[in-house]
Amino acid sequence: MSTADFEPRIVGFLCNWCTYSAADTAGVSRLEQPPNVDIIRVMCTGRVDPVFILKAFAEGADGVIVSGCHPPGDCHYNNGNYKTFRRMPLVEAMLQQYGIEKERFHWGWISGAEAPKWAHLVQDFTEQVRELGPLNWKRELESKED
Amino acid sequence: MATLTIDGQEVHAEEGQTILEVARENGIDIPTLCYHPLLEPYGACRLCTVEVIRHGRSKLQTSCTHPAWDGLEVKTHSPAVVEARKTILELMLSRCPNVPVIQAMAQEYGVTEPPFPTDDPEQKCILCGLCVRVCHEMVKADVLHFAESGVERQVGPAFMEKTRQCIGCGACTVVCPTGAIEIVMEKDAVYQEKPLGPTSAVWVPSLQAVPRVPVIDPDVCIRFRQKDRTDGEIVDACGACQMLCEADAINFDHEDEVVELDVGAIVVATGFQMWDPVQLSQYSYGKSPNIITGMEFERLSNAGGITGGEILTAEGKKPDRVAIIHCVGSRDHNAHPYCSRICCMYSLKQAHLVRDKTGAEVYEFYMDMRSFGKAYEEFYERIQEENVTFVRGRGAEVQVLPDGKLRVAGEDADLGRKVHADVDMVVLSTAVEAPHDADRVGSLFGLSRSEDGFFAEAHPKLRPVETNTEGVFLAGAAQGPKDVPDTVAHAGAAASMALALLDKGEVTISPQVAVVDEKLCSACKTCLSLCPYTAISFIEEENVARVNEALCKGCGTCVASCPAGAITARHFTDQQILAQIEGLFRSLEEEPAAAEVEAEGVNL
Repeated sequence: MSTADFEPRIVGFLCNWCTYSAADTAGVSRLEQPPNVDIIRVMCTGRVDPVFILKAFAEGADGVIVSGCHPPGDCHYNNGNYKTFRRMPLVEAMLQQYGIEKERFHWGWISGAEAPKWAHLVQDFTEQVRELGPLNWKRELESKED
Repeated sequence: MATLTIDGQEVHAEEGQTILEVARENGIDIPTLCYHPLLEPYGACRLCTVEVIRHGRSKLQTSCTHPAWDGLEVKTHSPAVVEARKTILELMLSRCPNVPVIQAMAQEYGVTEPPFPTDDPEQKCILCGLCVRVCHEMVKADVLHFAESGVERQVGPAFMEKTRQCIGCGACTVVCPTGAIEIVMEKDAVYQEKPLGPTSAVWVPSLQAVPRVPVIDPDVCIRFRQKDRTDGEIVDACGACQMLCEADAINFDHEDEVVELDVGAIVVATGFQMWDPVQLSQYSYGKSPNIITGMEFERLSNAGGITGGEILTAEGKKPDRVAIIHCVGSRDHNAHPYCSRICCMYSLKQAHLVRDKTGAEVYEFYMDMRSFGKAYEEFYERIQEENVTFVRGRGAEVQVLPDGKLRVAGEDADLGRKVHADVDMVVLSTAVEAPHDADRVGSLFGLSRSEDGFFAEAHPKLRPVETNTEGVFLAGAAQGPKDVPDTVAHAGAAASMALALLDKGEVTISPQVAVVDEKLCSACKTCLSLCPYTAISFIEEENVARVNEALCKGCGTCVASCPAGAITARHFTDQQILAQIEGLFRSLEEEPAAAEVEAEGVNL
């Protein structure tokens, strides 16, 4: 499959207060963005269990985004974003141990006021994952099970 | 109580009063140069000399120092007194021949020319010591002293050298009767005249201020400055306002205090600040005193302002031509991209004021006229009929011409060519922006801010006064630029939202809370330190963690970190999120029917 035909599937775990509302605003503002990102809303990125990220890859995602509120101070729950800040580097290291390129995983901060930033992230990250090609993790897992 | 007669008039005196004080109270004029009601009398100028008759014996005495004893007879203008004063004025005029106040007094007593030789025709100091006394008694800086003696006597700081003791308060220049003391700015110091700001340390914020009481500016007030400068050693400097206030309303011991209140709702009404046009140099703000902001214009045209409401240029003349530039810092990607909403209308009002008060030609450089409110368009039409010249196009640049005139250059989009106007005064309708400390206030109340920097409402259309933090509401320009009617409406809405919350007497909490499955809890206590609201407590007797649902806000941090998987976030359970992930991928690959069955099977 050439990269041009390949449509990556990306799962985004977005916090309810910042990045989810940025994505909402981006939609309401009709900002152009590729339809490759499926969003799962969580109340806080602190809720994102690393299991969710692995599960997304295992189910067939080619990329995963975790995005919340800017530290310091933007977090609706005082400091949930700091917990993400501590957890995500570990997830990143773990994914590489599983053989998943770190370019397939993005974590960061987009505030509710930064709808254009979200649209750009979706555009850039989709292209980045498209370059890498399909992950095929699911197929590999299934073939091992067989 | 003493009774005495002054110029034949029977007057009464309190214990401790001087003849001069009693005379002044009763409207009897005694000339003096070295007397000040707040300072100790000194008897230096001798001009207040009067004839005091006691037990039939007459004597010339300075009335500022002589006690008003019972039974005294005082003559303030007897021939002996007039003769004595004349001699004093002859000497004084000979010392200081060019001081108007002395010239005028001397004239009154028939002295027109200095009868004695003059040492220094520029001499203004009469050695009355008012400055020395004010510096010692009021300011408590003790900078000024008398030095030398006899004909060498003079006033100044120690060794006549500059001293750091001087705080530059200017009290000495205020009390000096002959204008002998000037404040000289250091050569390098930037001296910025602020003709539109307050002119003393005590001032009423505005004529419309509610409550209409004066405030003391501690950065300017001598008492506070001395206290700060000496680390609290000098706490009783000046206090003139306290001594003079008949209502005894001034209390310097009032200090800022932190008051802790338990409240059920908070309305954030922190307002806005005006954008500083110095940031866009093309408007030349600060390069000419005749380039002012809309706010400064308001001060100028205010009846309580420094010109008494007259619109005058810095040269004190009525302007012939005035330019008003709209959208300075608003709708400009070099400053604020948003519309400040209030400037069009106040610019129109200011155009009207200029036409009305001065008859000057007015040029309005505008991009679009946003007269959006009720009766606003009609007002715009009225101003058009007042012969105001409207130039559609952003005022691009203000130049200060060599003769001090101002040239406003811009483009007239209707004519399609460049235009310029040479004017005497430029009013910049500057942008409204979020207060500089909005980020600090925002993080205090857990408020997010929209792209323009103002606080974000919970929903731009449907929840305009609520925020994402429960019980915190927004009112007025804290949420975005607003004119007065909009602010009043918004604030009313915020107040009723707050009241509705309080009136109910109970709060509805979100069902999205974490719960601990106590059978699975391994008592590791990991969750306790993670909870930002200390909603999780550890029950020692049962050896389990438990969530207080009233405190829990449902962020789910503890859920993600529980090693035993014992904590569930209601409505955001692991199963729900994992099912969402599965659903995302299954729905495309498998048959729709199968996906539906699967989703039902999760049964949450």
